[in-house]
Amino acid sequence: MELTEQARAAADRAARASYGKLVALLAAPDGDLARAEDALAGAFEEALRRWPVTGVPANPEGWLLTVARNRRRDGWKSAAARTAAPLDEAGAAVDPFADHDPYGIGDKRLELLFVCAHPAIDESARTPLMLQTVLGFEAAEIARAYAVPAATMAQRLVRAKRRIKQARIPFAVPDRRVMPERLPPVLEAVYGCAAIAWRGDIGEAQYLAVTLAALLGDEAEAWGLAALTTFVLARHRSSFVPLDQQDPSDWDAALVDEGEAYLRRARPAGPPGRFQLEAAVQAVHCDRRRTGATDWPALHTLYAALLAVAPSLGARVAAATVTGRIAGPEAGLAALPSGAELFQPYWAARADLLARVGRDASAAYRKAAELTDDPEVAAYLRGRAGGEPTA
Amino acid sequence: MRYTLLFHYQEATTEELGPELLAEGQRAMTSYAATLHAAGVLIGGEVLHTSELSTTVRVADGATRVQDGPFADTKEQLGGTIVIDVPDLDAAIEWARQAPQAQWGTVEVRPVATYLVDGVWS
Repeated sequence: MELTEQARAAADRAARASYGKLVALLAAPDGDLARAEDALAGAFEEALRRWPVTGVPANPEGWLLTVARNRRRDGWKSAAARTAAPLDEAGAAVDPFADHDPYGIGDKRLELLFVCAHPAIDESARTPLMLQTVLGFEAAEIARAYAVPAATMAQRLVRAKRRIKQARIPFAVPDRRVMPERLPPVLEAVYGCAAIAWRGDIGEAQYLAVTLAALLGDEAEAWGLAALTTFVLARHRSSFVPLDQQDPSDWDAALVDEGEAYLRRARPAGPPGRFQLEAAVQAVHCDRRRTGATDWPALHTLYAALLAVAPSLGARVAAATVTGRIAGPEAGLAALPSGAELFQPYWAARADLLARVGRDASAAYRKAAELTDDPEVAAYLRGRAGGEPTA
Repeated sequence: MRYTLLFHYQEATTEELGPELLAEGQRAMTSYAATLHAAGVLIGGEVLHTSELSTTVRVADGATRVQDGPFADTKEQLGGTIVIDVPDLDAAIEWARQAPQAQWGTVEVRPVATYLVDGVWS
């Protein structure tokens, strides 16, 4: 029993820390992500069967890779594999794993990120693909996050993997020349992973963003994203508390420092990009830990820059909230964008501004509660709708 | 791995193009072919006549039907193909980017599933 628990814990740890790395290593030789995932799933099953008996190996990652690799090789040499596709003589003669040292596992996650966000992959499949192959989310969980039927999401993922294999999208970090066009979709997709993992395990997405930035070296926006996810992780709590009611002493001071260090590493050649500005917004919020107050004028400036660089609906709503703090809630209400009536943050911001003006905000709070899919946020907003005094 | 680059662009007659544009296009294609050849990736290539010279053949219930056309409604038509052999999609995209046709039309990059070697499908 004890051993079984140890084995399960070790397998869990390996899955969390190395899933994407192992998938990347297994899929890189022939680009077959689906088979790599199957082989790895098989290796995890075998680990859970064998580790309770034999004990957890010294290098669980290496063990998993070796077993998965053997499974992959069995599959690739089997009669079924040989008759299912025309036999590639050159390919069959070379063992793609021959010179692979399972004890010296490099991090291939970066390559996998660029595969998942390749311009030849449908945009709507990039983040889901990353969530599945890099972070190890189940297709059903991803489908829930995207509010699409599980079968639709599964189909989308299968199609993307087939494309990677059959069109031969390379497992490689693109060179400097094409980096400017290849990096933005990767950052977008990592951001998407973070946004989806926000309430759950944002640590994985933060790790991904920091790994990406560190491996790329001097890409300002990658550091911006690393800083952004780190600040969010620093303030991350298992239960929902609105930002202005959070106690800064609850925040993770080390992570705030880390986020600030990442933001300093972002030295853009030109004007700062979207992720750097969003990280700077988070840095201002986190600075309340030091100063005890929120620097609203600084936020106002940052949002003005953000709206110039990346005018999203979310940024416009957030900018209106900041206007509400600086120029009064009436001005905030006037600054709210029109045409955002199906957007949850619009109603949350509107409700807050109405309450600050002293007008009846209950309908807006109820609307905001209806539109969120987070039960805790909904409960909080319904509480406000019930006429709780405003902060 | 083989990829076929399919060039789609708006068709124009020699007269519509004029001698200068025509010569410039030919120079660009000659240089492109030489670059592909020198890189050792070129398998073959074709520039097609305009689709008004196209003839379609179909055998239905044992009867051969030969027709002129097709004349698709789209402005861009298949105007030529080049087959290259490169390691992966990114290499193929890079060659597609350098194709002169990318300047005046669209280059479709399609992986080749199988091809003939000495009359036999590989």
